[in-house]
Amino acid sequence: MSGLFSFTRLGALLVKEFIQMRRDRITFAMMLAVPLMQLVLFGYAINNDPKALPAAVVATSQDRYTRAVISALEITGYYRFDHVVRTVEEGERLMASGAVVFLVTIPSDFARRVDRDDDPTILIEADATDPAAASGAISTLGTVAASALARESGTVNARPSDIEIVVHRRYNPEGISQYNIVPGLLGVILQMTMVMMTSIALTRESERGTMENLLAMPASPIEIMLGKVLPYLIVGAVQVAVVLTAARLLFGIPFIGSVGLLLSAVLIFVFALVLLGYTISTIARTQMQALQLTFFFFLPSILLSGFMFPFRGMPDWAQWIGEVFPLTHFLRVIRAVMLKGAEFSAVAFETGILAAFVLIYSAVALTRFRRTLD
Amino acid sequence: MNAIEVAGLVKRFGGKTVVDNVSMTVAGGEIVGFLGPNGSGKTTTIRMMCGLLTPDAGQGRVLGYDLLREARKIKREVGYMTQRFSFYEDLTIEENLAFVARLYELAPAKAHVERALEELGMTSRRRQMAGTLSGGWKQRMALAACIMHKPRLLLLDEPTAGVDPQARREFWDEIHRLAADGLTVLVSTHYMDEAERCHRISYISYGKLIASGTVVEVVRDAKLATYVVSGADLAAIAASLKAAPGVEQVAPFGATLHVVGSDRAALERSLEPVAARDGVRVQEGETSLEDVFIQFMSRAEDNMR
Repeated sequence: MSGLFSFTRLGALLVKEFIQMRRDRITFAMMLAVPLMQLVLFGYAINNDPKALPAAVVATSQDRYTRAVISALEITGYYRFDHVVRTVEEGERLMASGAVVFLVTIPSDFARRVDRDDDPTILIEADATDPAAASGAISTLGTVAASALARESGTVNARPSDIEIVVHRRYNPEGISQYNIVPGLLGVILQMTMVMMTSIALTRESERGTMENLLAMPASPIEIMLGKVLPYLIVGAVQVAVVLTAARLLFGIPFIGSVGLLLSAVLIFVFALVLLGYTISTIARTQMQALQLTFFFFLPSILLSGFMFPFRGMPDWAQWIGEVFPLTHFLRVIRAVMLKGAEFSAVAFETGILAAFVLIYSAVALTRFRRTLD
Repeated sequence: MNAIEVAGLVKRFGGKTVVDNVSMTVAGGEIVGFLGPNGSGKTTTIRMMCGLLTPDAGQGRVLGYDLLREARKIKREVGYMTQRFSFYEDLTIEENLAFVARLYELAPAKAHVERALEELGMTSRRRQMAGTLSGGWKQRMALAACIMHKPRLLLLDEPTAGVDPQARREFWDEIHRLAADGLTVLVSTHYMDEAERCHRISYISYGKLIASGTVVEVVRDAKLATYVVSGADLAAIAASLKAAPGVEQVAPFGATLHVVGSDRAALERSLEPVAARDGVRVQEGETSLEDVFIQFMSRAEDNMR
C-alpha cells in the first residue's frame, strides 16, 4: 500500500492539520463563530419592510381627529412617534440629522375641515434618501388614515374618502436608490481598503524579520503606529476624490452641503479606519490572520451599518450592534451633508463619535503593542 | 568603565530555561567572541542585552545604563546586527540607510548616508534593492547601518553566516578597526578562526556559561592532552582508539589523527600499543580551540542525559 494513495499518510496529514488548527486559536474560533454569528445576525436583522420607524408629528392642535389619525398610523406598526414638535423648523432639523424618517404635519384647521367635509389635508414628509425605508410606510397611508377618520367621524356623517394625504419624498423625490447607495459606497470602499492595508502593517514586519531591527532602534510605539497609518490617509484622500467625482459625473448625485464639512468628516473617518486596521495588526500574529479578522469585521459592518438595508428598520439589538461600527456613523454624516445639506450642528454628534473611535482604537493599539520580542 | 556588566541573567520560554544564570563582563574597547552550539542561548542573551527581551531574573548595566529600566537609552547607543537580514528588502541600500539615519535622528541624514556609503564602498550600488544583494553585501550593508549612529557597543549575532571567506576577512578587519577606535564588540559565532580573532571568548552551552577568557586561557583551563598520530592505516587505528580508555576525541586532520583526552595518563597508556606499531609516530600536539569546544559539547550532552 505504498502507491499513490495511503490512508496512513492521509491520516498523518489530517492529524497534523487538526493539531495546527487547534493551536491557531483565532482561526479556529472564527471558523466556528463566524458562520453562526452571521446566520443569527443577518437572518433577523435584515428587513426590507422596516417597521417602527421614528417619526415626528407637528401638532398644532390636539383635537380628536388628529389623535385618531396618529394612533391609527402607530397601529400600522410602520410609525413610531418619538417626537412631538411645535414648529415645522424643529421637525426639519430632526429629519436632517436623521433622527426621524417621517414628519407628519396635521394642519390646525384639520378638525374643522373634517367636520365641514372640506377636503382635510395631512402632509407627510418622508426621508427618501433611503427609498426602501419609507416605501412600505407610505403605501399604507391612504387607507389607514381614511378608515381612522371614518370610525371617528361616523357620528358626524362625513365622507372620509375625501381626505387628502400629501406625501413629500424629501431629498430624493424620485426615489433613486443610487442617491442612497453611492455616498454610502464611499464609506464602504474606504473601509475595505484602509482597514485591509493597515491590518497587515505589523504582521508583515514580523514575518519578514524586520520587526526585530525596528524594535532594536529607538522608535517609540506611537511613532511606529503613526508611521504605519498616516501614509494611508493620503491613499484615502485619493479614493475620496475619485469616488466623489464619479458620484457626480456617473450618477448625478446631488451635493448640497458644505464640501469642507464633508471632507473633515471623511478625514476623521479614514483616520479611525487606519487605526482600526493597525489595532488588528497588533492582535494578529500572521498576515493571514490579519486578513481573516478584517473580513470578520467587514460583513457585519456592511450589513448592519445601514449601507445595504435601512438602519431604522432593524430590531433594536441589531441597531445597537450597528452603532459600534464607524461606518454606521459615517453614513449618517455623509448622507446628511451630501443629500440634505446638513450644517455642522446637525452632524456634530455623529462626527464626535467618529473622533471617539480614533481615540479608542489608538488606545487599544498602543496598549496591545509589544515593545519587546517577549 | 565596563561596556557590559550583567549578572544572573535568566530567560524562560514557556517553562524551558533558555538562558540560565549567565553573567558576563566586557571591558570597553574589547572584542569578545560569544560561542556555543545552535540553540545554546546566544541570541537570547544578546537580545536581553539590547532591550529586545526582558530577563526573567538577573540584572546588570550596559554602557552604564540599567538593563531593566533604561532599555530606551541602551537602544540609542547600541548597534545590533540581527542574525537574519532584517532591513527592508524592497528598499534600496540608500533608502535603508536613510531610514536608519532618520530613526536615530542623525542630522543631516543625507551626509551621514553619503559617508556610510563611501566608507563601505557601496556608493555605486546605492540604488540597488537590498533584497537583490548577495550575502556578503547584505552583511556589509547591515554593518554600515548598525554603526551609522556611532554606537559605543556593537552586538553582532552570527554576522558572517553564509558569507564567503574573503568577505569574512574584510568584515573582521573592519571590526578590529572599529575596536581600535574604542568601540566594544560582542560577536556570536560558530567559526573557530573567528573566535581566535577575538580578544576574549565566552562559551555558552544549554543556557549556561561554561568558560571564558582569552583563547590561550580557555585552552589551558580545559586541561586537555592532545597527541598527533601519523603513519599508515590511520582509519583502523582511529577505530581501535575510539573505545580505548582515556580517549575522548579521535579526529582525522589530513594525514594525521588528533587524539584528545582529559586524563593524560590513561590517554598515554592507550596510545602505547599504537606507538609500538611499525611506521606509526605518536607525538604530543597542541590542543586547539576546536578540540576544547568539541569537548565542551560532548560533556554538555553527558550532563543532559
